[in-house]
Amino acid sequence: MRNVIIIGSGPAGYTAAIYNARAGLEPLLIASSVEAGGELMKTTEVENFPGFPNGLMGPELMANMQAQAERFGTEILLDDVVEVDLKGEVKIVKTGNGKTFEAKAVILATGAAYRELGLPREKELSGHGVSWCATCDGFFFREKQIAVVGGGDSAMEEAMFLSRFGTKVTLIHRRDSFKASKTMQERVINNPKIEIVYNTAVDELLGDVNLTGLKLKNTVDGSVSEIPIDGLFIAVGSDPRVWLVENQLELTSEKFIQVEGRTSKTSLPGVFAAGDVIDPSYRQAITAAGSGCVAALDAEHYLTSH
Amino acid sequence: MAKNVTTASFQADVLSNAKPVLVDFWAEWCGPCRQVSPILDQISAEHGDKIEIVKVNVDEEPSLAQQYGITSIPALQVFEGGQLVKAMVGAKPKFALEQDLAQWLR
Repeated sequence: MRNVIIIGSGPAGYTAAIYNARAGLEPLLIASSVEAGGELMKTTEVENFPGFPNGLMGPELMANMQAQAERFGTEILLDDVVEVDLKGEVKIVKTGNGKTFEAKAVILATGAAYRELGLPREKELSGHGVSWCATCDGFFFREKQIAVVGGGDSAMEEAMFLSRFGTKVTLIHRRDSFKASKTMQERVINNPKIEIVYNTAVDELLGDVNLTGLKLKNTVDGSVSEIPIDGLFIAVGSDPRVWLVENQLELTSEKFIQVEGRTSKTSLPGVFAAGDVIDPSYRQAITAAGSGCVAALDAEHYLTSH
Repeated sequence: MAKNVTTASFQADVLSNAKPVLVDFWAEWCGPCRQVSPILDQISAEHGDKIEIVKVNVDEEPSLAQQYGITSIPALQVFEGGQLVKAMVGAKPKFALEQDLAQWLR
């Protein structure tokens, strides 16, 4: 039986692992087989993580966190949790490769998954012009017409990154202003290759085998237009990844895992949650890391008092 | 390690191969590609007698990537008898890939 199993390998999961490992709890961190490192693995430069005055690459930051967690004795498993049973004193965790683990405490740091636009043919055209990862797929749209949809920091970052490749990047946002940080907004506004289209939603994806264009709808007057587009990058936020636990834990009305006050305590004893899966508001690498620390300390306290 | 295939060797290694071939279109800078790569190596080690797994580096072979309509990587395409018979996009866990490839792993 393990002391603690941490599910997830973003900043929350790794920070929890660093703290629990330094406390001698020998945590097992189940990192996922193909998404280890979480959301930051798909970003480029991270400029706002304290302690790195010159910035660093997202994947490098995650490799550092992993190394730090391993240094103190965290066991990291590249596997995917497919089922949990959290109700009893002994928590049971099953993985895609057929392993079953038991633990006294579990920390859930499963993060959030990219949101889709919810348009017909969105899945079908994924990999054929529709993408959620600029750093993976921007390369294929050299000298092509690119669009980004979204208004937050990640949409700004994707648009900036893609402007290296495309002849033009059209940034489509349904409101009349962005919610992204000022710094990112200014970069986008000052980039001559980026055209911003406010008050507009993507209404339809055009093209048979590959995406060839978008039908746009003005969110104010309802007018409709079409533009030729080869690559559409969707950055309209993310939803907390709760499917593993939604029938066992209380969730908030927005479907985040419910935690008690400023703690990481969920509705079940011995089960803690941290990072984007509990956070409807901030969702930064540093807030996730802080949240992971809270969960580690709560788990540690639970283990000593049980 | 999966064999690296180029434009010059694609005909012999993939299209004229007697066995089904899974082609992994990838690049060094693609994080999900690097994560799925060891999983493909495992599948290759376990099922190499039934399906051959090869790699195409899209940085070095842009014309192959273009010819097969790659706009997202990792892109995993299965060829049988010179024909493209299945195309998948994105990194997946081993158990999910084994389900997708079930008919070639039996």
